[in-house]
Amino acid sequence: MSHTEDNPGSRRDFLYYATAGTGAVAVGAAVWPLVNQMNASADVRALSSILVDVADVETGTQITVKWRGKPVFIRRRDETDIKLARETPLEDLVDTESRNANKPGTDASDQNRTLDENGEWLVMMGVCTHLGCVPLGGASGDFGGWFCPCHGSHYDSAGRIRKGPAPRNLDVPVCAWFDDTTIKLG
Amino acid sequence: MFMKLAITAVTALTLSVGGVAASEKIHTESVDFSFEGPFGTYDQNQLQRGLQVYTEVCSACHGLKFVPIRTLGDEGGPALPADQVRAYAKQFDIYDPEKDEDVPRKPTDHFPTSADPNAPDLSLMAKARKGYEGPYGTGMNQLFRGIGGPEHIVSILNGYTGEEKEEAGRTYYENHAFPGGWISMPPPLFGEDVEFADGSSNELEKEAIDVAAFLMWTAEPKMMDRKKSGFIAVILLTMLSVLLYATNKRLWAPVKKRAKEETSGES
Amino acid sequence: MSGIPHDHYEPKTGFEKWLHSRLPIVGLVYDTIMIPTPKNLNWMWIWGIVLAFCLVLQIITGIVLAMHYTPHVDLAFASVEHIMRDVNGGYMLRYLHANGASLFFIAVYIHIFRGLYYGSYKAPREVTWIIGMLIYLAMMATAFMGYVLPWGQMSFWGATVITGLFGAIPFIGESIQAWLLGGPAVDNATLNRFFSLHYLLPFVLAALVAIHIWAFHTTGNSNPTGVEVRRGSKEEAEKDTLPFWPYFVIKDLFALAIVLLVFFAVVGFMPNYLGEPDNYIEANPLATPAHIVPEWYFLPFYAILRAFTADVWVVQLANWVSFGIIDAKFFGVIAMFGAIAVLFLVPWLDTSSMRSGRFRPMFKWWYLLLVIDFLVLMWVGSRPTEGIYPIIALIASAYWFGYFLVILPLLGVIEKPTTPPATIEDDFNAHYGNH
Repeated sequence: MSHTEDNPGSRRDFLYYATAGTGAVAVGAAVWPLVNQMNASADVRALSSILVDVADVETGTQITVKWRGKPVFIRRRDETDIKLARETPLEDLVDTESRNANKPGTDASDQNRTLDENGEWLVMMGVCTHLGCVPLGGASGDFGGWFCPCHGSHYDSAGRIRKGPAPRNLDVPVCAWFDDTTIKLG
Repeated sequence: MFMKLAITAVTALTLSVGGVAASEKIHTESVDFSFEGPFGTYDQNQLQRGLQVYTEVCSACHGLKFVPIRTLGDEGGPALPADQVRAYAKQFDIYDPEKDEDVPRKPTDHFPTSADPNAPDLSLMAKARKGYEGPYGTGMNQLFRGIGGPEHIVSILNGYTGEEKEEAGRTYYENHAFPGGWISMPPPLFGEDVEFADGSSNELEKEAIDVAAFLMWTAEPKMMDRKKSGFIAVILLTMLSVLLYATNKRLWAPVKKRAKEETSGES
Repeated sequence: MSGIPHDHYEPKTGFEKWLHSRLPIVGLVYDTIMIPTPKNLNWMWIWGIVLAFCLVLQIITGIVLAMHYTPHVDLAFASVEHIMRDVNGGYMLRYLHANGASLFFIAVYIHIFRGLYYGSYKAPREVTWIIGMLIYLAMMATAFMGYVLPWGQMSFWGATVITGLFGAIPFIGESIQAWLLGGPAVDNATLNRFFSLHYLLPFVLAALVAIHIWAFHTTGNSNPTGVEVRRGSKEEAEKDTLPFWPYFVIKDLFALAIVLLVFFAVVGFMPNYLGEPDNYIEANPLATPAHIVPEWYFLPFYAILRAFTADVWVVQLANWVSFGIIDAKFFGVIAMFGAIAVLFLVPWLDTSSMRSGRFRPMFKWWYLLLVIDFLVLMWVGSRPTEGIYPIIALIASAYWFGYFLVILPLLGVIEKPTTPPATIEDDFNAHYGNH
């Protein structure tokens, strides 16, 4: 039965290891593309960053765009919104972190939430931090901001949670001005 | 029975050899594209010139609906910078159902579909046509010269004789590269149809080659990646074959040696 | 197993014994991989491993492609382009799958012709052969349906022509065709069900392969001499055989590496050579391509299908005998399926008592003609039906049937075989020993 082990002398182990090793490399080279094809394809990756033209957004109005499958609120705030937000002391807030991906580790003051110094532009994920519903805008709720109809969370005019079951302020995603009238998300 | 069959066969053969030889043969000029062969690559400048010819001439009728505009910025292709890709996309409109109006395209959109319903989409044209065939169905021409899709495109663009004819209310143009000899597309290029910023020749032959190269890229943007992967696979498998050959030889050596020993006594 | 006396798996450790008494899987795998194999197998015996590799390749690339493909007439073609352009490595997966089908068929044809030459189909291996033929049928069905999925011009029109054949069956043909298609013509219903069945059949195929291996492990492999392994005692058996692992596993892997080298060179540098440019045009039910050609591996049967036109005398005879029920179209269909049916019957059509063609001097020449005939059929299947091609197709078809139905039965009676070696050991020693 055992024809293999009885050759005296020659050390053939190296050859066998080399062959097995090269075989393993070949198998690995075959497996990687099979795993990688499930990663995001080029068209999905291309949408990981979008440009939004905000030239036509009137003061005191909001547009909602879809980005990475989720709604993003872009609101051009008016004086009332800005005043309301800036006059709120930090102690009154439920969540004192800015939740702003562009300014990590800062507090939730209005200046840390908005895209520009004046506080005119507010960009936030339109996803309630409670269980993911899309809050209603147009100065809704008790704090002149957004109101989530699912379980009654109230957000203020800077998108910060003030009342209700949601634990965190609405997230501010990675965003920046691309040019004077275009915002780049992602 | 066999004799009758043999006579029939020989007769048929003799009578039909003429018929076979006279059958449609497509005339395809030979072109040395930069992307041909195992080491071929796309020429970025050529692809940009081809894009220009497409944009200024062909896009009036022909679409490229399977090509995402963002791929104009891909490495290995025309490799336009991102702002130029954005600017390029804006020249085409697309209907936005949410706004119920036409808006400019973005790089993530595809090129438009053909504006002229009779003009075929060009995304895959370089792979949807063959320039070489046979001889007599043996596949030898294509084995040595390739399928010849882009060469066929060049031949069509260069192949107009100037003759026209009317048939059933439509105008056809004589072209010695088109099967049947008459094509319904009027000659799109005459030479000096576009001006290249870098001063490259815009003779008809050169424009045709540039746009054909561009169309090969639209049909197969991943050609360079494919060849690279092919090389890696062939090299890896060559190494593996050599090692397996040696392993197999060493494994069987004692068995074959025993065979030799057992027969050495016999004559 | 195989009736060849040999050592069997013995569970040694406590765990092995525990498992073996509950599920003897280790024993099954061990005995399968160590099965005594005739030591004189030549390079025509490696194609089984190539076929097994192809099945695994097609299933894996297929499952992965199915993650990105959409089986709807409006979206299928575009989804394939999405795979080619946007999916990471998608172009490679698609080309591997398309060319993998070709490799699968090259290997299966060589494997079948090996069987035809060495008499592998003869007793006691008839069941192995029949299962092999079933595997071949399943392969053809799978490949046919798979080609429809990209929804190119050839996908659509090839499907139209081949499903149209069912309409040729008298009386019930039209109903069967409409049932197959899910409507009056090839359309979305057809595409969807072809996708479902294309995904299913390979697993049926895998089960058939397992049974195929079970069958030839029961009888033991044949070998180029057709002389059986000596089963008198373990010592005798060991003179004729070597354990499959490592001798034939390594030999097979070496051959596989060479085959894959050529395969990857084709996939990397000429992936569209075996395909049809027309299939890069979206399917158009209103415009038929100038030449409808099936994939190369179907060409021999396509040639036989088309060869039997209304002016051929056998067709006219059949028409008269059947009171007009059998027309040229139906005759072609019968001939096409008949060409495969004769393969099923070959264990009983071949009357020779000599198994291997090596020792059959007359048979060798007729067999060579069969190989040439198969290639001629393949070539003429790609040609238009005009000029000298129809008569070539007819002669080639006639030879195919003549070989199986007339020549093989006759040869067994009139041929005088030469003398094979007494044992496999003798054959092996003669090959490698001192001469």
